[in-house]
Amino acid sequence: MALIELAGIRKVYDLGEVQVEALRGVSLSIGRGEFVSIMGPSGSGKSTLMNIIGCLDVPTEGTYRLDGADVSSLERDELAVIRNRQIGFVFQGFNLLRRTSALENVELPLLYKGVSRHDRRALAASALERVGLKGREHHQPHQLSGGQQQRVAIARALVNQSPLILADEPTGNLDTRTSVEIMEFLTELNRDSGITVVLVTHEPDIALYSRRVVTVRDGLVVSDRHPAEGGATA
Amino acid sequence: MIAYDEILHASLRSLRANKMRSALTALGIIIGVAAVVAMFAIGTGASRSVQDQITSMGSNLLVVRSGSVTTGGARMGFGSSPSLTFADAEAIVKECPAVGKAAPTASGGVQIVYGNSNWSTRAEGTTPPMLDIRNWTIASGRSFNNSEVRSAAKVCILGQTIVDNLFGTEDPIGQVVRVKKIPMVVVGVLGKKGTNAMGQDQDDTLIIPVTTAQKRVFGSRFQGKVSSILVQAADSKSIQAAISQIEALLTERHRIRNPEEKDFTVMNLAELMEAAAESTRTLSFLLAAVASISLLVGGIGIMNIMLVSVTERTREIGIRMAVGARRSDILLQFLTEAIILSLLGGLTGIALGALVSVLIGKFAGWATVISTFSIALAFGFSALVGIFFGYYPASKAAGMDPIEALRYE
Repeated sequence: MALIELAGIRKVYDLGEVQVEALRGVSLSIGRGEFVSIMGPSGSGKSTLMNIIGCLDVPTEGTYRLDGADVSSLERDELAVIRNRQIGFVFQGFNLLRRTSALENVELPLLYKGVSRHDRRALAASALERVGLKGREHHQPHQLSGGQQQRVAIARALVNQSPLILADEPTGNLDTRTSVEIMEFLTELNRDSGITVVLVTHEPDIALYSRRVVTVRDGLVVSDRHPAEGGATA
Repeated sequence: MIAYDEILHASLRSLRANKMRSALTALGIIIGVAAVVAMFAIGTGASRSVQDQITSMGSNLLVVRSGSVTTGGARMGFGSSPSLTFADAEAIVKECPAVGKAAPTASGGVQIVYGNSNWSTRAEGTTPPMLDIRNWTIASGRSFNNSEVRSAAKVCILGQTIVDNLFGTEDPIGQVVRVKKIPMVVVGVLGKKGTNAMGQDQDDTLIIPVTTAQKRVFGSRFQGKVSSILVQAADSKSIQAAISQIEALLTERHRIRNPEEKDFTVMNLAELMEAAAESTRTLSFLLAAVASISLLVGGIGIMNIMLVSVTERTREIGIRMAVGARRSDILLQFLTEAIILSLLGGLTGIALGALVSVLIGKFAGWATVISTFSIALAFGFSALVGIFFGYYPASKAAGMDPIEALRYE
């Protein structure tokens, strides 16, 4: 069974007088342990697709099954629970809480899961160790480099043992060397821990880290390739 | 739902992270609560001192005063023609069952001389029951007795103020003072009473037998009459009965045919004092109401800052939602921040208000009473302000769309 199963997803934004159809019938299946890139120019609908996959938004039409459960018509608070348990986010701008230590940032998903303070500390510390930030637990985001901040964000995505990491332009704010580091780390997580990684990017060389590239244009999936194997499987 | 102590922890941390802003927000509440506490203290102090004065004046009091006379069409004021007599006072006690005690007064200004010092004061000619009616105590010596009243004896009782001014530390009992050049023996000294509701020094009084006043001191003025009769009703329920009995008795004794032409008036002093107390109460509530407005303004300040804070922290809200915060989690976090701010402001305000009350009591000499009621009221009110004015910003935060919040720059 696929981890992510999208069938006939449409998303229409009602802007008062005009209706914008951001997704016009997307069907996509992503299996457990895959490393998929979603590419497309701005305005293609890839952000909308990413929001729906990330359970931040619901489709206007179509069904979305995450780990077998239909999440396409859940309430806001139910989506919050799904995000908390199943999805780890990594954003372009890191999105860490300011004036808050790395450890407490990583603890955040556990806080909303209701894990006790003692267990949170331990789990967050081990997640930070896993991303190579042992000893930086009490640094605040502004005391860390961009690469380190993104590692804190990855630790936050890992701490709840979510099966899925959604990375939205994770290297957009980083220099080339750090980008390579972060991408290699994501690849390693995917390979060693079997975590499914869905990467949204517009940089072709970043997409090369993944084993499958889905291209979106004008609200439709226009290509679905496995570059490493050289062939396209539409 | 996450545990409430976690929310508390998160709220406290966020308030600590913005110390200056938190302090300024709380300031509005601090001033509001301090104003409420201080105003209540002043108001309660004022009504308590009025109450004390009522008690010190004596309870269930009526005063019978000589009426006015009409001289050539011009009506003179009360007492312009003394019409009451010492005998009227005795008759009131004897014949009105609703009356407990009565004592006549014939008073006026006198100069009193002892050795080479002198003092101008008010002499009150009366009978021994007056001391009981007015709650006067004898600090030393004794009161004069009825036979001294009958014989118009030259004896007097001094108030503390006179003793202080004429005798200093010397014991006045048994000494001879001259009242309007008439030598009198000091037989007693009154206990201290302080000032009355009108700000008069009640200890600046000389008490002499009513007959002595009539015959020896103010001879020409009273000619056997008295200016008023102070009456104490038997108890608080018989005040109205006492008034009608006195009116009936005096109408008969003074042979008045037309009730419109009475030469006396009966006034209910308790009622007058109650009215004074009532107006003090009204005033103190008015003060508290004005102070509450500043508390309200403080509450609006909290809402203002919280709204700014919600906008400023849109990103934070988005992040929290992305990692799994439910609406109620966000709502409670912001609501808790507002309540903590207003409660901290409330506590500080109570301390400040109490301090201000004490300082006002000390430097302005006003009686201030800090009541637990006003503290509880101010504290409860500030908590309500926090909830009421914190709710709107908090629900605004909880209602944010996570996608837009995450994108917010």
